[in-house]
Parts: sequence; C-alpha cells; structure tokens
Amino acid sequence: MTGTATSEVISVRNVSKKYKDSLALDSVDLTLEGGKIYGLLGRNGAGKTTLMSVLTAQNFQTSGEVRVFGQRPYENDGVLSRICFIRESQKYPDDFTAAQAFQAASMFFGGWDQPFADRLVEEFQLPAKRRIKKLSRGQLSAVGVIIGLASRAEITFFDEPYLGLDAVARQIFYDRLVQDFTEHPRTIVLSSHLIDEVANLLEHVILIDKGRVLVDEDAESIRGSAVTGVGPAALVDEFTAGRAVLHREAFASLASVTIEARLSEQERAEAGELGLELAPVTLQQLIVRKTMAATGAELAVVERENDPELEATK
Amino acid sequence: MLIDDSRPIFVQIAERIENDIVDGTLAEESQVPSTNEFAAFYRINPATAAKGVGRLADEGLLYKKRGIGMFVAAGARAKLLERRREEFFRQYVQPLTREARKLGITSEQLMQMLGRSDSGTQLPEGSVAQ
Repeated sequence: MTGTATSEVISVRNVSKKYKDSLALDSVDLTLEGGKIYGLLGRNGAGKTTLMSVLTAQNFQTSGEVRVFGQRPYENDGVLSRICFIRESQKYPDDFTAAQAFQAASMFFGGWDQPFADRLVEEFQLPAKRRIKKLSRGQLSAVGVIIGLASRAEITFFDEPYLGLDAVARQIFYDRLVQDFTEHPRTIVLSSHLIDEVANLLEHVILIDKGRVLVDEDAESIRGSAVTGVGPAALVDEFTAGRAVLHREAFASLASVTIEARLSEQERAEAGELGLELAPVTLQQLIVRKTMAATGAELAVVERENDPELEATK
Repeated sequence: MLIDDSRPIFVQIAERIENDIVDGTLAEESQVPSTNEFAAFYRINPATAAKGVGRLADEGLLYKKRGIGMFVAAGARAKLLERRREEFFRQYVQPLTREARKLGITSEQLMQMLGRSDSGTQLPEGSVAQ
C-alpha cells in the first residue's frame, strides 16, 4: 500500500431516491475508503449521477442515511469544502473565463495547486483567457478536469468528465490523474462509460444498474474472474456445464460461452484437450455481460408473471 | 498491450519483475523501480503496483532498505530459476509429450527431434545448470 490509511470516508446506508414514478436509487448500501480510485460504472440512467449528487448534497435521498467524513453533507461547509464534484455538464457563471473559474476554485479549495493548474492548462492547450461560453465542448471538459485535479480535494467525483475530449486529451487526463494521485493520495470516484480506458486505473469497481448495486468489488478480484470458451458447440457446452454462464453465442456449429470462473491450470489444460480456445474477458465485457444478465433475469421474471402459459409449462 | 485482462495486474507486475531478475536485467542487490514508477509506466493504480512488489517481498525475492526502496535479494535468481524449471516441465514438456503420444512419436524419436532442434540454437552459457 502507499501508506494511506484505508479509513471509511463515505457511508451510504439503505439509500433510495424516488422521482415521480421511478426509483433512481434503490436501497443502496456502500462504503468507500480513503486513498482509493473508485470506478462508478453503469448505463445511462442507472443512477450514477443521482448517487454522486446525493453524496455531494446537490440532491437529497428520499430515504436512508448518507455520511461523508462521518457527517451529513447537506449544508455542511466542513464537509463540502473537502469534496469536489465535476459534473458532465458543469455550469460556470456566464461571463467567466477559465482563468476566473480557476481563481474561484482556488478560493474554495484549500489544497488548490496553481502551478499544477497552469501546467494542465498548457498540456490541454486551453485558452484560459477566453470566456467559458465561447469554448468548445472539449475545452469545457478540460476546464472541469483541471479544476478536479488541481483542487486536490480529499474526495473528488468525476462524472463522465471527458465529453468532447479527444483520445490524446483523455490520455493526458488519465496520466496526470495517476501521477498526481500517487503523489497526493486521496479518494477519486470516476464515473465513466469508457471502461476499457480507465480499467487499469481503478482499485475498486462499483456497478450500478437501475438504481441498484450489482457489483462492489476490488478491480483485481474481478480481473480474470470470467473467461470465454470458443469451439464446437457440444464441446463448449460440455466444458461449461454446471458453471455460471454469463453469455452464450452460437455461430454455425461453433459456440462462444462466457462463464464466471477462475480456471485452474488443470481446467485450462482440459479445455485445451477438448480443442477449445480460451479468451480473457475484459472488465468492460464483464460489466456489459453482468448488466445484461441482470436485465435478462428481470425480463424473464416479468415474462413469467405476464404469461400464465409459460408459467404452467415451466 | 503491456497488461492483459486474463489475470490480476499485480500478478503480471510481479512476473515482469521476476523475468527481469531471471534474465539479469535486475541484478541481485540492485534497486527495483518504485511503486510509483511502475504505476506511471504501466498506467495502473499505484496500490496495484505496490501489491505486485509486495508479493515478491513476501516471498523473500526482494527486500526493503528503509527510506531508499526495494532491492533484489541475494539468491533470488537461483530461487526463481528453480521455480521456473518446475513450471517449464508442466507448461511445455507435459503438453509436448502428450501431443507426441497423440501423433505416435516414440520417446526416442522425440529425443532425436529435441537434439535436432537444439543443434540449431546456441544456448547461453550457464543457462542449463544441470
């Protein structure tokens, strides 16, 4: 470890958030520890932004308890001055230039590092003296990224911070994030759809789907926890029988089956003997499969409930 | 790709350091790059890099000099070579003999083939200690 204490910084207990007729958060229980980079993953509308808004007191839960640094965040300056939330479409005062936005941030965040912000402005080639409303989408995202990094808040939330940033700019963001996190350990919550890009940066993964937590695990224990076997359908099915199948695809006489399993060397050898090819499953593929499997299970229940015949033939 | 998705990253980091010790890139008593250097180079979480380094320290292959960093322990290479030879048997020799049997190749023929293959490549000195 890097020597940081792994103490609890955020606790979410049985939190639900109801909008008119939908449940944005459904009995969420989470504990976040200090000094880690968390990935908050899930589809659009899964509840990621709602969760981050509740944690930063920009929105309120309908029920349940939220504690940040052991306290309720709502109207609590002692808490709010230690957290930074960069939203996907962060708003700034109309006539502000980027430089003025940085100045405002420097007054709010005690740990603000101006030389670091200046370096980032250069790296992102951001016209800091131009009014923010005249900036391109990518430049606007760069403003948010720079504030998020240079504020060095104890907890920093990045909600899809990369909109409009090209591949080079995103790489600069990831590199500076890892580097600065290494030198100044703190808690980062990174919400992203570009899972492949951020997978290796994450220490812990939280997957939310339809307001519920589907996965809450160390990234390292997820890595290699699933494998895809490809080969003649009958043999693939023989090999994967009795295992947790996440996905099955057939093509002509071939099948590709993804199972949740950490295969032993022995089992890998057996697959080899059967003539099967084994392929690793990326974190992104695994997240997609798990989300789809959860949706599939739900649809199956709805179908059964709506279809007495299906229920009878079961 | 530097890092693949099949296994935990800390295992891959540990293996890379092991490889460097085996092939002599990291000599015994020399300093291992810091956790932060690994994190920046491979673009991985520093805690993950630390876990990889920590694993080798737990196995006695690396040791810590307080305030300076991690160093390769004396005898680390011999220890790794021993382990790698065991793995070599399981990973290469066993599948090789299995496939040979399938093709009806006798032990003698297999030995001959190995000899033929061996004469084409120059083995580095001291690489086969027995």
